[in-house]
Amino acid sequence: MATHKITVTVNGAAREADVESRLLLVHLLRESFRLTGTHIGCDTTHCGACTVLLDGQPVKSCTVLAVQADGREVSTVEGLERDGKLHPVQEGFWEKHGLQCGYCTPGMLMTSCALLSRTKEPSEQDIREAISGNLCRCTGYVNIIQAIQYAAAKLRER
Amino acid sequence: MIPAGFDYHAPVTLSEAVALLSRYGEGAKVLSGGQSLLPLLKLRLGHAEHLVDIGRIPGLEYVKEEGGMLRIGGRTRESALEQSELIRERYPILYDTVRVIADPLVRNLATVGGNLAHGDPGNDHPATMLALGAQVVAVGPSGERVIPIDKFFLGLFTTALQPDEILTEIRVPSPPPRSGGAYVKLERKVGDYATAAAAVQVTLGANGAFDRVGLALTNVGPTPVRSQDAEDALIGKRPTDAAIAEAARRAADASSPTPDRRGSVEYKREMARVLATRALKQAVRRAGGQ
Repeated sequence: MATHKITVTVNGAAREADVESRLLLVHLLRESFRLTGTHIGCDTTHCGACTVLLDGQPVKSCTVLAVQADGREVSTVEGLERDGKLHPVQEGFWEKHGLQCGYCTPGMLMTSCALLSRTKEPSEQDIREAISGNLCRCTGYVNIIQAIQYAAAKLRER
Repeated sequence: MIPAGFDYHAPVTLSEAVALLSRYGEGAKVLSGGQSLLPLLKLRLGHAEHLVDIGRIPGLEYVKEEGGMLRIGGRTRESALEQSELIRERYPILYDTVRVIADPLVRNLATVGGNLAHGDPGNDHPATMLALGAQVVAVGPSGERVIPIDKFFLGLFTTALQPDEILTEIRVPSPPPRSGGAYVKLERKVGDYATAAAAVQVTLGANGAFDRVGLALTNVGPTPVRSQDAEDALIGKRPTDAAIAEAARRAADASSPTPDRRGSVEYKREMARVLATRALKQAVRRAGGQ
């Protein structure tokens, strides 16, 4: 089985790796690049804990091959904070208590970022639909929705 | 979970992809969005020695109307279908369908062609494409062929596609005036396969009676189930409650569900009847009928 030399732009910086065909994107991020903010939850395409943005679209990185990301852009939770300041979505989760155990949070944050980059004023229904592929077993989603609404308002002020 | 080892190929032309499939035969699998194939490989329910990724071949992602047909590129992502104004306005049955496929994150990668080519009776597009009377275009070593959707689903995870063929396009006849369609799915939660679902596409005549009816069911048999018996019961009739009830009963009779955690045989058959009724009524409303 041949390995493949790939280049992936992760959070704005080009990174190279030699990968086996079967390596999953989430393992590339966590193990090769040591970006462990992206979590592995169910590992069966259900829970969304491993959500990252691939060319700006939220996807489940446990169900993408690392080689498929060759030449493409990946954004992970590590890229949200800028100059020591939380991203408005992170700030929202902090302010509105949008997490308890925190396991689903990186995925929730990335899905929220993608939603807010295409919709400035999402309705509660838009938010519920957008995060319907991200499971949270602690919060009952109420605070997560408030967190995303907080972030939407913050981003509109900019 | 990590898949067993395989070789990965990323051809940039269709002919290169077909040549790879011809070379590796049964040992090769087409990788489209990967949202069904990768989970199978990870769970080791499936195995491939070679994956041929068609994601770097340009020209396979589009949604357009042309020559009296809706044409959907085989590698069109579900999210693109969902965002298409054309689909929303002209093909409500497809909009209904795409909205209940897996979840929004999966739909960003999953493709329409993959949903059909996988041959899973639990997938949602198959019944819808049966109701619409679609055609599937496949490209192989000897060129292109068009497969009527009625001849496409042969069995559980088995389609008419040959190992060296790639599904490149889905064609749907553009609906004439006074047409409407609907897809109604019962699912336990977002992302689940259907307990049962019904796809209906109708055209009403000037007198308000059914001119054409397409009706098919999801996940209540080893393949998606088209019920010609139900369709025949409606042709030439007005969309009365009694006519619709009779057709829905015939549709449920055509199903052969298996029991699982989603329900018993009896429950699923009853749900097929209820969902067929709802889909028929919604399709008639959208066609401008009563």
